[in-house]
Amino acid sequence: MGARIAALVVKELLAILRDPRGRAVLIVPPVVQLVVFAFAATLEVKNVALGVLDRDRGPWASELVSRFEGSPTFGTVFRLASVADIRRVIDSQQAIAVLHIPPGFSADIAAGRPTDLQLVLDGRRSNAAQIVQGYVARIVQALNAHIAAGRGVSGPPSALVTRSWFNPNLEYQWFTVPSLIGTIGLLIGISVTALSVARERELGTFDQLLVSPLTSMEILAGKTVPSLLVGLFHGTLYLLIATFAFGIPFTGSVALLYGSFAIYLAAVIGIGLFISTLARTQQQAFLGAFVFAAPAILLSGFATPVENMPEWLQTATLVNPLRHFLVIVNGLFTKDMPLETVAPSAWPLAVIALVTMSLAAWLFRRRLG
Amino acid sequence: MAMVEVAGATKRFAPDAAPAVDDVSFAIRSGCITGLVGPDGAGKTTLVRLMLGLLAADSGMITVAGHDVAAEPEPVRTLAGYMPQRFGLYEDLTVQENLSLYADLGGVVGDERRARLERLLRFTDLARFTDRLTGALSGGMKQKLGLACALIRTPQLLLLDEPSVGVDPISRRELWRMVKELVSEGLAVVWSTAYLDEAELCDDVLLLDRGRLLFQGPPQDLTRRTEGRTFRLAGVEHGRRSVLARALERDDIVDGVIQGRSVRLVFAAGRRPEPEAAAALAPEAAGAALAPTPPRFEDAFVDMLGGGPGGRSALAEAMQPVGSSDEAAIEARHLVKRFGGFTAVDDVSFTIRRGEIFGFLGPNGAGKSTTFKMLCGLLQPTSGTARVSGIDLRTSPAQARRRLGYMAQKFSLYGDLSVRQNLAFFAGVYGLSGRRRRERTRLMIEIFGLGPYLSASAGTLPLGIKQRLALACAVLHEPAVLFLDEPTSGVDPITRREFWTHINGMVEKGTTIMVTTHFMDEAEYCDRIALIYRGREIATGSPDDLKRQVRTAAVPEPTLEDAFIALVRAFDARTAEAA
Repeated sequence: MGARIAALVVKELLAILRDPRGRAVLIVPPVVQLVVFAFAATLEVKNVALGVLDRDRGPWASELVSRFEGSPTFGTVFRLASVADIRRVIDSQQAIAVLHIPPGFSADIAAGRPTDLQLVLDGRRSNAAQIVQGYVARIVQALNAHIAAGRGVSGPPSALVTRSWFNPNLEYQWFTVPSLIGTIGLLIGISVTALSVARERELGTFDQLLVSPLTSMEILAGKTVPSLLVGLFHGTLYLLIATFAFGIPFTGSVALLYGSFAIYLAAVIGIGLFISTLARTQQQAFLGAFVFAAPAILLSGFATPVENMPEWLQTATLVNPLRHFLVIVNGLFTKDMPLETVAPSAWPLAVIALVTMSLAAWLFRRRLG
Repeated sequence: MAMVEVAGATKRFAPDAAPAVDDVSFAIRSGCITGLVGPDGAGKTTLVRLMLGLLAADSGMITVAGHDVAAEPEPVRTLAGYMPQRFGLYEDLTVQENLSLYADLGGVVGDERRARLERLLRFTDLARFTDRLTGALSGGMKQKLGLACALIRTPQLLLLDEPSVGVDPISRRELWRMVKELVSEGLAVVWSTAYLDEAELCDDVLLLDRGRLLFQGPPQDLTRRTEGRTFRLAGVEHGRRSVLARALERDDIVDGVIQGRSVRLVFAAGRRPEPEAAAALAPEAAGAALAPTPPRFEDAFVDMLGGGPGGRSALAEAMQPVGSSDEAAIEARHLVKRFGGFTAVDDVSFTIRRGEIFGFLGPNGAGKSTTFKMLCGLLQPTSGTARVSGIDLRTSPAQARRRLGYMAQKFSLYGDLSVRQNLAFFAGVYGLSGRRRRERTRLMIEIFGLGPYLSASAGTLPLGIKQRLALACAVLHEPAVLFLDEPTSGVDPITRREFWTHINGMVEKGTTIMVTTHFMDEAEYCDRIALIYRGREIATGSPDDLKRQVRTAAVPEPTLEDAFIALVRAFDARTAEAA
């Protein structure tokens, strides 16, 4: 049995490596992903416009506004005339956020009284707005600290300092590059497996396999192992690129990463095989793979935080293997996530793998009937 | 005046590749059928596309009705009708929609269109099926619809690219009848085919081989070459395979095939059989008799190529005889297969003895492939049992499959893998290991002459070598039963003879062969044939038995094709009566 599966695995790997299209599938998507996500698709927010409605016109208000003007985050800081303008500039997207400084702001500070600032954000651009909010909070806190220092006191006891742990400089690449291990695993795992059975069916070699002594389980194993190997190879490649080319510290356990990566790939390959058994032609298989892969990446938390999605969609993402794996891979990279924390994300992957593999095996046999 | 004139046309698809069409010159006349005959890869399709201006020739001149195809392709396309190999029909449209689409594309409108479509539907007898989806038509009906679409603009030149591929003998005859009718109206028709027996039906033949034109003229002119040299050796039923093998080794015989219970032989030019030749050829058979038989186009073609291969099969010689027990090699008992409400196979039972060649014949969609697939484990029967070497395919499929070899109609090895890698893969899949694996692989490479091709990708091999590799992979594990699905369709006659020499040799050693075919030549090699029609086995017997069943005063010497058609028609008549 082992020898027969080995023959299949060798054949499968040779078929991928000897076919120019097969080689292209192995090389092009990873390179494109690396370029697009690591260099082009910035998740950083820079050069945004901020509106300021200064109804105080005191010295502290000027100080605050000049600090905003000096920040590289905000390309333009412009002043509004009235409260009514706030709605107008947000609606027309002239500014992503408006800082509203109430009257008596400087007076309150001078008197040592607590005071308020209002920040109005464009919720339509939820990701960017969230990041802008973070930047604004940091600038306001810096001013706070400055005021406290000027008074010679140790600062306001209530001063809240948010710090981004694990990624103190908020470098977006620390997030995107490790995530690529997951997304590339998804794309490669799906495309290699989904197309392989359909291609054999089109070429007529599938019948040749079915009349051999191979059992369905052996054929499935023979299709799973090569994809797993290819996926692991790409994962390793990205792990090396992340740590050596991008200098991202890998703080967690390598064994945990590979263990969970293998389970993740099994889940993805199971879905690929499932698509493969349903599809009659390569074209159908390709469409099936696309229909799965595009939403899987969009709804994984890679591009948009899962927390920002509607409740029902958040529930739906639970069946998305990438969503679980992103938690693991990012946790292992920057937070030295221990086994207890990895496990809650790893077991759903195991369940997905088990279900999709069994479905594929079942469909496979049914298709013979 | 000639409708098409080709002078010195050459076409290469890559600068360093052998030319697909090599310095070819000929003329095609109106009012006759010109057969473009040759095996797959001979350059037939390329030549057809050159004549239509769909490809540009590297050199040479092609004119259609006086128009230079390269300079003015437009008038050529309005006066030529073309039916491509793969139908060129839209499978998701109905028959009517396909016809309307081609009428629109051809700019046939108004009253002319109505009259034209009506006439074509009557001509092709498709009027009853106008609402049917094209994808649901049988191969023969698709070809008829393809023909109707090609005729929509009343062309003066009709180019048909392998119209008879995948078409059963009945539809094939109808297609010929229709084309003959068109020719009588003055059309020029080019009919391309890999079946050499079709060449005899043409008025003119262009015989192509590897891009070169070997012969042009009326087929009888070529056939005459072997006149007086073709004989039938009858009364050798039991030893006919070894008689043929020995005969092919003699230097006075250039070609030979099995024909039912007899052996058909072609003697070398200038060599006549001596009076006691029959006894010399078949010393064991007391009643052996040699009688002259009319020459065929194929005899002349093989003779022209220098004769067929020898009769010895190194493959069979290296084989251990397969057990001599009398148990059935393949057994089908009350096989039924239903797809939804449609019964594809309806209660088929038969037993195939060890060392027998058993053929499946039948029109397209009759249930022949479905039965075949159930016997080799590609489909689960709805009810009934299928056994291979006494092992039930349902209860122990893997064990049964270990004993069978399979060779599909289409080349179905891994084209991206090298010859060596393909052999290694099949050795691995069939669990060959250690010394046996090395021995068998070495033997296959030696027997099939694969040595020079070991590291070439299988997909790039010449067709004949592909055929050898496919057989090598199918018999690597020494199967007791070999399943062949239209094994030699499209291959040249020499490769086909080589193939059957191996098969005959293996059968003599006790291997059992199950074969489906549309090719009457192939069917003649069978010990017994089951004729499958409408999901049922309507006749079973040796090729000669089937022929005898349909012998009439009008047709005293029916061919196997005649038998096939007559038996199917008789069955239709019986069912019509019963209904």
